[in-house]
Amino acid sequence: MTTCWETINAYALRSLGYGERLLPRSDFTLCQQFTLIGSGMLWNIYFGVLALLAGFFLANALALAKAAHSPWLRKPAEWFIFVFRGSPLFIQFFLAYEALQMLPKAGIDVFGITVQTAWTTKAWAGALFVLFLNTAAYSAEIFHGALRSIPKGDLEAADAYGITGWSRFIRIEWPTMLRLAWPAYTNEAIFLFHSTALVFFSGFPAFQQRGDALYYANYFADKTFNPFIPYPIVACYFILLTLVVIWLFGRVNRHLNRHLPSNMGSKIRLRPQLIR
Amino acid sequence: MFESCADPKSIEGLSWLLCYLTTGKHLDFYWSFVTVLTLLAITAPVALAFGFAGAMAARSHFLPLSLIGKGYTAMVRGVPDIVFFLFFVIALDQGIEWLNHQVQCPDWTEPIRKGLEFRVCPEAKVPLNSAPQSVHKAYGFALAVVTFALVFGAFAANVLYGAMLAVPRAQLETAEAYGMSHRQVFRRILVPQMWVYALPGLSNLWMILIKATPLLFLLGVQDVVYWARELGGAKTSAYEYPHPDWRLWYFLFLLVFYLAFTKLSEKVLNRVSARLSKGQATAAGEALRKAGA
Repeated sequence: MTTCWETINAYALRSLGYGERLLPRSDFTLCQQFTLIGSGMLWNIYFGVLALLAGFFLANALALAKAAHSPWLRKPAEWFIFVFRGSPLFIQFFLAYEALQMLPKAGIDVFGITVQTAWTTKAWAGALFVLFLNTAAYSAEIFHGALRSIPKGDLEAADAYGITGWSRFIRIEWPTMLRLAWPAYTNEAIFLFHSTALVFFSGFPAFQQRGDALYYANYFADKTFNPFIPYPIVACYFILLTLVVIWLFGRVNRHLNRHLPSNMGSKIRLRPQLIR
Repeated sequence: MFESCADPKSIEGLSWLLCYLTTGKHLDFYWSFVTVLTLLAITAPVALAFGFAGAMAARSHFLPLSLIGKGYTAMVRGVPDIVFFLFFVIALDQGIEWLNHQVQCPDWTEPIRKGLEFRVCPEAKVPLNSAPQSVHKAYGFALAVVTFALVFGAFAANVLYGAMLAVPRAQLETAEAYGMSHRQVFRRILVPQMWVYALPGLSNLWMILIKATPLLFLLGVQDVVYWARELGGAKTSAYEYPHPDWRLWYFLFLLVFYLAFTKLSEKVLNRVSARLSKGQATAAGEALRKAGA
């Protein structure tokens, strides 16, 4: 009988490929389930954080493009947002996986340098890319809405002070947009972390059984025929993650609203809408 | 299906494609779209009813009831819906069999959960082992529907609870001043007025519900995703219609289907929203009044 500490040593980094290779097959202990599922959470955090960071920049660009006058900028942005918001993420994962598999196996020749393609079908790259595009589309819609609801008076005041062009955008419009969009963007971030649970159920294989939290929970539920232990464990981990996200975004929100009298700041409500 | 398709190896071009797209398995594929639509048609009203019950329970003055309601509305907060889907399908199945076991085999002495097995007496199996395949399929689909309704009911409860709070207090006070009882105020004033506040949330929810339907695949139902994978996979010349890996095209088709579906829903919901805003004391209602005048 191994102690819990030994189990943690063996499995804490299992999802990344370190430690014990074989997953437990019988005599499942609570400690094993907590450790392995927690180990899987590393992937959820990896996908969520990177997609969110990269998606933020693309979302800003897309929101601006959608608000642009030129149809050459506006139309592609509108289509991009429509496609990613109008279709299920689950289908997007499948489609991306199949599309990436069509790339030539030997690599693509670009000016004499062979670019490898095999890594793109791996979850860490392929699924991350889909999540990045997906969250960028949803966030862009939020930012676009915020851009349109910037108070008219703010822009008129900027005009009156002679602030125009780039400096008007970076000093007036962008900070206000961010401030207005932040509560909704917090919801989007929460949703993105939830979406990461889909990755290993949607075509992307878990290489050497290195999966995310839900992958391991599903493994335990399949093996023990008892859903009442692993799934609540995943739920606990996700609730913790959600609380951390709300706390972090709350800090940023306070920073964005620091110039306002404290009763006017758009507080992130403790009951975030759960719908995106 | 057509007579000309009797020997698929000998035909080419468009007629080959026509024959290919009308094979028995493809007809199953088309039927699976009906499965998805059926799921939506059943789930939406049931989830709305669950949501309504949840919101009413959360508003209750009776503490245990309000705790249950609040717990239900809080359920989907913080935990991905996919976790609930995977959980409920097994949990409901086992729960039903356990209850049935208590009724059918009261003098069964062996433990139900033994080691890694969940074993109830043979008479308590739902559906019975001897039941035909179609019953097993229908049962699986029913479990999926209940699971969807439970999870989306919690979402709907969130929306409806908020909508009930959003009805202006003055409206309710006026009704009370006219001597209506709590029950009457709820039925005659609160419920008719709350829909306009609930609609944005509910239409969002409908969109999410549409986009959640491919998850049926994970619940073991033979839905559109199942068939797209099945039919799209590479077929060797041992098959009647050999073709390389076409899964990309099948999934592209699914993508277009969902895009068209969400777009259509959006159009319809915008109309409903305009209809409901008529005569309401909201900004949208005011805009309608001005446009009409």
